[in-house]
Order: sequence, then structure tokens, then C-alpha cells
Amino acid sequence: MSETKPAAPAATRDKPWLIRTYSGHSSAAASNALYRGNLAKGQTGLSVAFDLPTQTGYDADHPLARGEVGKVGVPISSIDDMATLFDQIPLEQMNTSMTINATAPWLLALYIAAAERQGADTAKLQGTVQNDIIKEYLSRGTYIFPPAPSIRLTGDVITYSVDEIPKWNPMNVCSYHLQEAGATPTQEIAYALSTAITILDELKGRPGMDEAEMARSVGRISFFVNAGIRFIEECCKMRAMAAMWDRIARERYGVTDEKLLRFRYGVQVNSLGLTEAQAENNVQRIVLEMLGVVLSKNARARAVQLPAWNEALGLPRPWDQQWSLRVQQVMAFETDLLEYGDILDGSPVIEAKVNDLIAGAEAEMAAVANEGGMTRAVESGYVKRRLVESHTNRMRAIESGDLTIVGINKYTETHPSPLMTGSDGGILKVDASAEGEQIARLEKTRSQRDPAAVAEALDRLRAAAASGENILPASIACAHARVTTGEWGGTLREVFGEYRAPTGIDGVIVGRAGGARLEGVRRRVKETGDALGRPLRLLIGKPGLDGHSNGAEQIAVKARDAGFEVVYDGIRLSPKQIATAALEEGVHLIGLSVLSGSHLELMEEVRRELAAVGLAGLPVILGGIIPEDDAFHLREGGVARVYTPKDADLNAIMDDLVDVIRAHHGLDPSEQAA
Amino acid sequence: MTHLAQPAEAPASLAAAVAAGDRGAVARALNLIDDHRAAAHDRAAELLAALPEDRLLGAGHLVGLTGPPGVGKSTLTAALIRHWRGEGLTVGVLAVDPSSPFSGGAVLGDRLRMITPATDPGVFVRSLADRGTFGGVSAEAWPMSQILLAAFDRVLIETVGVGQREVDIADLADTIVFVAQPYSGDAIQVIKAGILEVPDILVVNKADLGAGARRTLSDLAAAIRPAEEPGGWTLQALAASAAIGTGVAETAGTIERHRAWLADSGHLVERRQTAPLRWLLARLVERFGRHGIGRLGGDGAVAERLAEAPTGAFALLGEYNRLLSQH
Ligand code: B12
Ligand SMILES: Nc1nc2c(ncn2[C@@H]2O[C@H](COP(=O)(O)OP(=O)(O)OP(=O)(O)O)[C@@H](O)[C@H]2O)c(=O)[nH]1
Ligand SMILES: [Mg+2]
Repeated sequence: MSETKPAAPAATRDKPWLIRTYSGHSSAAASNALYRGNLAKGQTGLSVAFDLPTQTGYDADHPLARGEVGKVGVPISSIDDMATLFDQIPLEQMNTSMTINATAPWLLALYIAAAERQGADTAKLQGTVQNDIIKEYLSRGTYIFPPAPSIRLTGDVITYSVDEIPKWNPMNVCSYHLQEAGATPTQEIAYALSTAITILDELKGRPGMDEAEMARSVGRISFFVNAGIRFIEECCKMRAMAAMWDRIARERYGVTDEKLLRFRYGVQVNSLGLTEAQAENNVQRIVLEMLGVVLSKNARARAVQLPAWNEALGLPRPWDQQWSLRVQQVMAFETDLLEYGDILDGSPVIEAKVNDLIAGAEAEMAAVANEGGMTRAVESGYVKRRLVESHTNRMRAIESGDLTIVGINKYTETHPSPLMTGSDGGILKVDASAEGEQIARLEKTRSQRDPAAVAEALDRLRAAAASGENILPASIACAHARVTTGEWGGTLREVFGEYRAPTGIDGVIVGRAGGARLEGVRRRVKETGDALGRPLRLLIGKPGLDGHSNGAEQIAVKARDAGFEVVYDGIRLSPKQIATAALEEGVHLIGLSVLSGSHLELMEEVRRELAAVGLAGLPVILGGIIPEDDAFHLREGGVARVYTPKDADLNAIMDDLVDVIRAHHGLDPSEQAA
Repeated sequence: MTHLAQPAEAPASLAAAVAAGDRGAVARALNLIDDHRAAAHDRAAELLAALPEDRLLGAGHLVGLTGPPGVGKSTLTAALIRHWRGEGLTVGVLAVDPSSPFSGGAVLGDRLRMITPATDPGVFVRSLADRGTFGGVSAEAWPMSQILLAAFDRVLIETVGVGQREVDIADLADTIVFVAQPYSGDAIQVIKAGILEVPDILVVNKADLGAGARRTLSDLAAAIRPAEEPGGWTLQALAASAAIGTGVAETAGTIERHRAWLADSGHLVERRQTAPLRWLLARLVERFGRHGIGRLGGDGAVAERLAEAPTGAFALLGEYNRLLSQH
């Protein structure tokens, strides 16, 4: 043991990537404490998670914000919150990544204004705004306006940043969220690069854009990608993407400066494959996924953030996040990873795989171009249909056993986990008082500001929105005038209107034969419909601001496959809209899907709205991230069924839906199919 | 939790509530029409017979919207709803989507384009699967349209994205709007002459996408022949962008002019009076073939029976069903 050679001298080691943890919750003050704690533990950058009202441009006291304030991220209602969030964190020196999209110009404006308040030299600001609206329509769901004005705002952030805060990354083109919505590696590459092209082409067309400025803009584009469990393929994906980006930058935009040609990307590793069952196994998944994006020096990530072992259970506690932070630190500082050049260069196996991926991605990029480009392909639903289709294939493979997921469809026997025995159930519970406290802070801000200055700032914002002038200067003026997030969002909503994206569920082909179990379910659906006089109708509803659509989509596709007539109007509906749809469509059953943690509040509201339209008795079921305690209470309160990620057998769920409907109508429930 | 069937609602009072625009009643009435159990069918027939005849024959407007998949029918529907709501008119919509031939299931996706952030009690959207019926609408569309006609000022029926021939919507709507795709790029798409015979109004949508819409419109306009009879209706063609909202007021205006023409020329009442027969014959052919109608004595005999009971096509279908199903 004592014979082992000491590690190579530090001088020959590469610098590690930026080590981050995506976090934020409850309030600006609580998140500030969390960030300072993380920095003290050796984290080298900040990654801010905002709550859903902030991401969708609503104030904390907006009816749609109910139950969501401070839940999945930090609520930022005005510059006062922004200042608190970075209290004692010098912004001139910090590197801050903000996961913000539709309201990116606003949060960037608040950040700049907060830095100005700190007396910082804003030209030195470093960090990232995600600012990729395209993938919001396809996966992430926090879009507000239609594509055209949204893309213009994206461009405004880029041109402003390139001129005024040149070290800032004004757009992080995301393929991460596409993989989380089911994308294959080639789809991930193709749609991300098509998105980058769409934005850069828009910039190219702007008045005053010359070659040098264009090259600088290309150089400021960074990427945010996913890394799944097939880590060798994922490593190849990064090499493929880097090669393709180089070609696009040179050939399409004429960039020649090597520095501006660098393919810069950050990573969050895959979470879709992290399981609720035997959740401790997620740790080795996370480690392997990370390996894929740090292994190859020439395509190594610049920044990495990891989910926690309890990802599928709920929000991580500080200790859970610390564990993931330590995973990165072990990789970076204990292993010899950073001591070598690229260990994959020259491998024919790797090269063949990379070429394969490039060919596949190029074909898919051509398909997008054929649709009229990424924006059109989003509007027409083409890309979304492809994603839902890929995810359906994944779910079918899990159901059939072709895709092994340990703990889900193989090796399911387990000892009880000691990790889950604490009184908190192994997850972070956000204090229910967060919402009320945030509303109080918001009211304080409103009462202390100069109303005339607010009105003037908003007029200027409205004028800039309408005229096409860069939205940033007017937004920064709004920030200093203590305009609120809801006022900024509301003003632009008035000018640009709102949008509802295609759901993609109409594209998946239903098979003639679905196997014996599906045939059995189809028969039951048909017979039950006959007994009740008309085909069974199911409304799938996503109440609140939650954008997690995968579950709703997969249930919808499966339900149609099982013979239901399915109504699904997409994400972010108010409980009233859901009750209205249930009435107008004459459905037999409502299935809600909530993953954002606000299921208790939303379920209560939906039932109130149903009663208001005379449908108090209609059976309701719920799926999503629902802690067992809550599930118990919901069932007690009359929710017919509650499903969570461990319920991966969709045929069984369909069978269950039939049972619920039969029981509700007093039909014999004993007859079984799947 | 078992929820036994509530005592059946009297069809006559349900009809009165529908005519008063009660949204819950409209929903229950549509459910009843959809219910194909024998007892329900009889009650649905009573319900339809109890709807105010003056409304069904002379009031409101039944507009059919048809055209190829993805052309923008739902988006145009949404735009027309906004327009009509702006004029204070209430709107009922029936939106038909295709059923899967294998599972019988369907994704009812049109309403997604029609919902607004704030719910509006003056708008009612019911989706319908075509349930294997060819021709772009389902068997339930006509009786359901009668419910909506009794309750709302304007009724819009969006068909499945159909080819250019099978347009059953012509059997039941007062005014047919065909939404056409503009020429795209340099692909020369010849619009078949056949489609010009069905609609009353032709809207080339997506005019915002460039010169294609204008070219398509002028080609179409050149192919339109004026009405043969004096005072007849000549097919109107216009361009619109349902997404942006241009041409929508003109489309609504043209729809309104067509309605006025129908009313003045007596065609409105005539179309409404003959719709039940067309619907009944189509259902009989669908279920029993021409042969079945032959057993009933042919189209003429069916028409005579219906003339005796003008509001009773639905009831008569039940009767014929029973008759023809007995071997
Ligand atoms: C994929 C994913 C995403 C994707 C979503 C893509 C999409 N279009 O759906 C992306 C990357 C965009 C995303 C973003 C965010 N996410 Co996320 N995400 C996940 C993840 C990893 C998997 C969810 C999933 O899709 N699973 C696959 C589907 C098929 O499973 P499912 O939805 O659970 O559905 C199954 C059952 O629950 C049930 N079911 C569900 N609904 C219904 C409905 C009916 C009617 C029926 C019968 C059954 C049923 O049946 C399904 C079949 O098994 C989970 C963690 C996890 N592993 O579960 C976090 C998770 C849900 N995300 C979380 C968060 C916080 C976010 C963000 C809000 C972060 C932020 N602050 O910005 C963002 C913003 C999203 C938004 N707009 O709301 C949290 C929620 C925390 C909480 N509830 O307390 C989770 C739990 C992660 C975590 N531990 O922090 N996310
Ligand atoms: N550019 C443009 N796009 C439009 C317009 N109208 C509709 N679209 C887009 O065309 C696509 C299809 O629109 P829908 O309204 O769903 O078309 P539809 O005819 O109802 O489609 P089906 O019911 O599936 O047959 C959507 O992406 C719309 O955003 C328009 O005027 N201009
Ligand atoms: Mg449609």
C-alpha cells in the first residue's frame, strides 16, 4: 500500500470545471444563506433556481401563483428581493448562472441593477442567463409570449450583453431539457443546434449587425446539455456536437477567431432516469452520467451541476445537495482525470460512433429546415411530436423490459432504505409561510416606491416593446423604479399576447396490435363505454404553473391507445379552465398531473371549481411527485387514486382508470383485464 | 363512493334550460345525444323535439369550417370566436377530430387553440371524435349542432382535416367555409376544381407567410364562376391570417352576408328543413347500406315519413334501427 506513487504534481493538472449546485427556495433571504453556505463548502459558482411565478412573469399575489410561491425556487418580485439574494456576495467577482427564460431580460435587468446598487463595475459581470425560449415550448414550459416576440427578446438580451457586459453568457442553448422530455442523442444535438441557428440568423438580420459583432455574438453562445446513463454514447455526443458547432460557426457565420469558435457547454446530468424505487441507486447513476461529460478533455464540460439521490422523491435538502457536490469534488480532486490529455483521441470505436451521431443529427437538422426552420417546426408541432414519440418509445421499452431500469423493471426486491426514515421523509419541505411572507414583502415594495416613477418606467417599457428598441435599457430603468415582476410581465403580455404550445400527443402512431395486455384493456374500455352509453372520455389536466408535461403526455397517449377519447389542452391551466373543460367535454373522469409540489392547494381548488359547475361528484385522480403523506390525505379526501413515478406500468394504470369509472357508476368492478 | 344514476331529467325541462343558454344543461343535453342506449335515445329524441322550433328553423347560424389538416381551422375558429364575442354574440363550437381505427380512442386537440386565459361563459366548445365515420364529421354532429343552435347565437362546426371530397358538413351547415393552404414555395399545388363546388366561402389562410396566399387567392378567384341563377350566391374567396388576425373581420362579414342571403332567399329555412332528412339517410346508408333503405321503401318513403314528423329524424332513426335490426 505504501508503494503507490504520489499523485502527479499539481502544475500538470487541468483546472476543473465550474462546480455548481442548482438551488434556491422559499425567499431571497433563505436562498442567500444557502448560497453563502455552498460557497463556503467549496462551490465555485452560483446557479439560481427561480420559483414558477417569477419564471412566468407573475407577482406572488397573482391567482395563478397560489401554492407556487417559493416552492421550486426563489421568488424574486422586485429589485429589493434581488438585492437580498446577493447580500454580501460581491457580484463583480461572482459567476452566477440563472435558469431564466421568458423573463430573462427582466431578471438580467434586476441583476444588473442590483450590481449597480452594490457599486459594481457592471462591465465585469460574469455569468449566464439561460434565455433559450425554444426549448420552453418543447419541454420546459415557462414560455409566455408567442415565438416571434419571444425570439426578439432573446436577441435583445444577446446584443445588449455583447455590447455592455461582454463576459456574460447571454444565451445557453439547451438540449438538456429535450433529453428530459425523451429526446434521443441525435435529436438533442439537432434541435439544440437548430435553435442556435434560428437565434443567430435573427441577429444577423438586425440593422447595424456587422461581421465582427456577429462573430462576437457567436462566441458568446454557450450550451447546456444533458448526460444520460449511456455514458459512452454521451461522451461521443459531446464530441459530435463540438465538431458540428465548429463547422456551423465557420461556414454559416464566418467566424475565424479560435477563441470565438470554442464550444462551451455546461451540464446537468440526466434526471429522467433517476428512480423513486431504490432511490440510493441514483448516486451511481449520477456518477456515471457525469463521467461521460468530463472524460474526454477535448469535449469536457465547463460547468457541471448534479441532481441529488432523492430527485424523484421531492426537493433535495442541503445535505442531499452536499452529497452531489462531493461527487464532483471526488471526481475532480481525488481521481487522476485531470492529469491527461484527451484519452479518446484516435479511438476508431469512438470516431465511428461520433460520425454516426453527426450523420443522424444532420439528417434531423435537415428535417427541421424542411419544416421551415426551428420556429416553424415548433409552431407546427413537428418537433414536439418527435419528442413525445421518442418518450413513448422509451416508456414502451421500460414496460416491455427491453430497457432495463434497476429497481423498476428488474431487481425490484429491496431492503427498506435507512435514508428515508427521517421525520422529513427524506426530502425538503418548503415552509408553507413562504407565500404569505413574500406577498408581504411585495406589498411593502409597492407601498414604498414612487408611483409616478413606476408609471413612467412602465410606459417606457411598453414603448420599447412596441417599437422594437432593445428591451434591456427600459427594463433596467423599471428595475431601479422598483417595478414588480408581475408588472413587467403584464405589460409585455399586453403588447405581445400569450401563447399555448402544441402538445405533440397527436403524432404518436397507435399500433394495430398492442400486445395481449393492451388488447385486454381496450376490450374493457369498450365494454365499459357501451355499458355507459358512450365512449369513455378522459380529461387530463395540468393545473397551476407546473410545466412538467411528460407524465400527462404519456398517460394521454396511452389512454388513446387504450380506446379513451382524451382531452388534454396542455400545461398551465387554471383550475377554473379545467372545470370548464370537464363540463363542456362531458368527461367520465379527470386525471390531474402535478409535479411542482403544489398538489394539495391545486386539488382543493379544482374540486371547488368542479362543484361550482355542478360536477362535484365527478371522479378525480392525480399523478406526479406526491409524497406518501399527502397521497394518504388526498385519498381520504375523496381522490380516487394517486400515482407516483414508481407506477411505471401504464397498462395497469389504464386498467385502474376503468375500475374507477366502473365503481363510480356502480358497475361490477371485478372483471379484470391486464 | 358508488354513485348511482340520478333520476333521469325530464327532456322538456332540459330543452327549456338549453334554450335559456344554461351551460350545464347544454353539457347534459350533448351527453344525452351521445348516449346510444335505447332508453337514452328515446329521451334524446324527446329533447330534440322539445327544442324551440323557431330557433332551429330560423335563428342563429350554423357555420361549417372544413379544409385540409393543419391549415388553421381551429386557429380561425378561435379568431372568429373573438370577433363574435366582440359583437356580443354567444358561440357554440363542435370540433371533430379523428378516432384511431385500431383502438377507437382519440385525442381531441382542437380546443387547445380556442381556450383563453380567462374562461368565457359566452363560449362553449364540445369536441367530438369522428368514431370511424368518413366525411369529416361524426353521426352525432347534426343532433348536437341542434342543441348548440338552440343555446347560442353562432354555432361553428370544425370538421376533421379532410381531403377535398368527403365533406359531409355540407349536409348540415348553413354556410360552408373551406380553409385553404397557400401555395408554398415553388411547389405548384393545383387546387382541384371539385372543392370549389362545396363551399360558400373560401379562405386562404396563413396570408402572413408571404406572397403564396395572394397568388393562391388570385388563381382561385380566376377559377370561380358566378352564380347561374339571378340573385344567386357566388363563391367568395378571401385571404386571412388567423394567427395574426388579418382578414378575420372580412371573413366574419362574408359569413354574415351569406347568412343574410340565405335568409332573404328562403334558403336558410329550406336548408334547415332538409338537413334532418339528409342526416337520416346518411345514417341509414352507413348502418344498413342502400339495401336497408330499399327495405324501407326507398329515399322517397323515408322522406314522406319524416315530413309527417318534421322534428323527428332522431326518433325515426331509432325506430328504423329497431326495424332493420330485426331479421
Ligand atoms: C423530467 C423532469 C423535468 C423536465 C420536464 C420535461 C417535461 N416536458 O415534462 C424539465 C427538465 C423541463 C424539468 C424542469 C423543472 N423541474 Co423537473 N423533473 C423532471 C424529473 C426528472 C422527471 C419527471 C418526469 O417527466 N418523469 C417521467 C414521467 C413519465 O413520470 P411522471 O410525470 O412522474 O408520471 C408518472 C406517474 O407519476 C404517473 N402520473 C403522472 N401524472 C399523471 C396523471 C394521471 C392522470 C395519471 C393516471 C398518472 C400520472 O404516471 C406516470 C407514469 O409512470 C423529476 C424528478 C423525477 N425523477 O421524477 C423532476 C422534478 C419533478 N422537477 C422538479 C423541478 C423543481 C423542476 C423545475 C421547477 C426547476 C426550476 N426551479 O426551474 C423546472 C421547471 C419546470 C416547470 N416549468 O414547471 C422537482 C419538483 C419538486 C417538487 N415537487 O417538490 C423534481 C421532483 C426534481 C427534484 N427533486 O427537485 N423537470
Ligand atoms: N403562420 C400562420 N400559421 C398559422 C395560421 N393559422 C394557423 N397557423 C398554424 O398552423 C398550425 C395548425 O393550426 P390549426 O388551427 O391547429 O389547424 P387545423 O386546421 O385546425 O388542424 P387540424 O384540426 O389538425 O386539421 C398551427 O401551428 C398554427 O399556429 C396563420 O394564419 N398563419
Ligand atoms: Mg383543428
